[in-house]
Amino acid sequence: MNDTDNFVSSAEPNTISRMAEALENGEITSRTLAVRLIERHHSVDDTIQSFLKIDEAEVIAEAEASDQRRKSGKSRSRFDGLPIAIKDNISVRGQSCGCASRILEGYTALYDATVITRLKQAGFVCFGRTNMDEFAMGSSTEFSAYLQTRNPWNIDHVPGGSSGGSAAAVSSGQAIAALGSDTGGSIRQPASFCGVVGLKPTYGRVSRYGLVAFASSLDQIGPITADVRDAAILLDILAEHDPRDSTSLPTGNDGFEKALDAVDITSLKLGVPKEYFDCDGLSAEVRSAVEDTVARYEKAGAGIVEVSLPNTKYAVAAYYIIATAEASSNLSRFDGIRYGDRSRDAENLLETYLKTREAGFGLEVKRRIILGTFVLSSGYYDAYYSKAQKLRTLIRQDFENAFEECDVILAPASPTTAFRIGAMSDPLEMYLSDIYTIPVNLAGICAISVPVKVGSDNLPIGVQLIGASMQERSILQAGHWLMQEV
Amino acid sequence: MKNSTDDSVNVAHIARLAMLELDDEEISRFQREIESILDYAKMLSEVNIDNIAPTAHASAIENVFREDNVGETLDRNEVLANAPDTLDDLYFKVPVVIQAEGRGEG
Repeated sequence: MNDTDNFVSSAEPNTISRMAEALENGEITSRTLAVRLIERHHSVDDTIQSFLKIDEAEVIAEAEASDQRRKSGKSRSRFDGLPIAIKDNISVRGQSCGCASRILEGYTALYDATVITRLKQAGFVCFGRTNMDEFAMGSSTEFSAYLQTRNPWNIDHVPGGSSGGSAAAVSSGQAIAALGSDTGGSIRQPASFCGVVGLKPTYGRVSRYGLVAFASSLDQIGPITADVRDAAILLDILAEHDPRDSTSLPTGNDGFEKALDAVDITSLKLGVPKEYFDCDGLSAEVRSAVEDTVARYEKAGAGIVEVSLPNTKYAVAAYYIIATAEASSNLSRFDGIRYGDRSRDAENLLETYLKTREAGFGLEVKRRIILGTFVLSSGYYDAYYSKAQKLRTLIRQDFENAFEECDVILAPASPTTAFRIGAMSDPLEMYLSDIYTIPVNLAGICAISVPVKVGSDNLPIGVQLIGASMQERSILQAGHWLMQEV
Repeated sequence: MKNSTDDSVNVAHIARLAMLELDDEEISRFQREIESILDYAKMLSEVNIDNIAPTAHASAIENVFREDNVGETLDRNEVLANAPDTLDDLYFKVPVVIQAEGRGEG
């Protein structure tokens, strides 16, 4: 066995559901579980580099408090005492929240994101800050200002991004679950690259309050987990209307975990979009993994229908105009005045802004701010931004039409398996690799990435199950069935 | 007819709008990369979008109003503790904005 195998195969297959049971039966304490994960972290994360920071003393103290609650019959839920890793763009009161950017060096979050409040109410213990592409801009976690996270399945390859730290932490057994955020695929693509499950809920399903904004009309928080049941468990906890997020939908949760006990695959109508297989960059092994998955569903009695998403090829162009436009506006708040780092070389206020932002932002973030500012600038707004918004309407309508004919759409999560670190030097090439995840964010619908096999170079392949707005139940059921089959 | 999408991007000007002081290397690099991205985005012109309404937002929810009541606020000391520079434990301190004649401080 070589080192590369070691990072995944020696990871204990912990899940939320199994560990909750172990806590309930008294087989393990929250403290023991926390200590085990910290030990695992010490043994692998020098290489994997998935965490920016873990406050070990605080984790242990919270785990002990949970054990006390359990002992005195005051557990907050059956999950009380389970650790969960948090992406570095989600606010946890008293902890750093730096979005893996130098410009937020030294910043401490002053309040809990709503998702953190919900998790704490259920007794979860926040376990560290996971690495990411700076401000969630990237598909490889190579744009973190601090660490190069490595894929636990093959350390010469990227873990995907932008939630690469979260996916690698779960995949290498340092966390039993993690939160990520998904603006154009940042939960689903790293999950597929690292052989774990990633769920992007419907836009508005989970509160964005306390998530540092990248592109506000596209961002959504979701879980990265070892299996589909855990994704359902976390969505049950996270999905609730939040008055603090004006885009939060007026619905609660749908009993997602419970729905997994009543899966009838013969009543499922699975749509396969023909345009997704015409994509130039689709690798042979990903194509065949998707085809095998279609065959599996068909054999089990699901109906298979070909559907059409004719505007797919415009999605990447529309997305990178809309997302960068929103980012250029959202990131204007980082000016060195109220928080984070401030340039010491400036003589006046204007220079403070210019020099702070030049020194504080990394290459990809600057590139996107420039692009976003350009497409919003006078004389170009109609040619780019306005056009992209209209394409967004067409992409959304494509999905609405397709969901007239099917319940769930099956697609690749990414055209290839994880690429080598440093292999994507051209930004446009990297953007194009998001082709299968981006349309889902533009349409505001939900999707889950589920690992189906391990391909060449020991790299996992994931498929994506896409659902209509608010149809998380359908994709979780279809995904749960699939994961038990493979 | 001149199409506005054919214009080259004045990165130095855009950087100023975005409050970024780019160095020369970044300017020439972004010039090349952003023109290549915009060139790719020209494909959007293939689509007939004359009668299509724009989508700014995926969910069709309406604006949310609430009563203007005083609620929880952040603790001032905690907020100021995050700031690079403060004054009298009450204010964010910023560098001089307007240089008054004959005086160093504004």
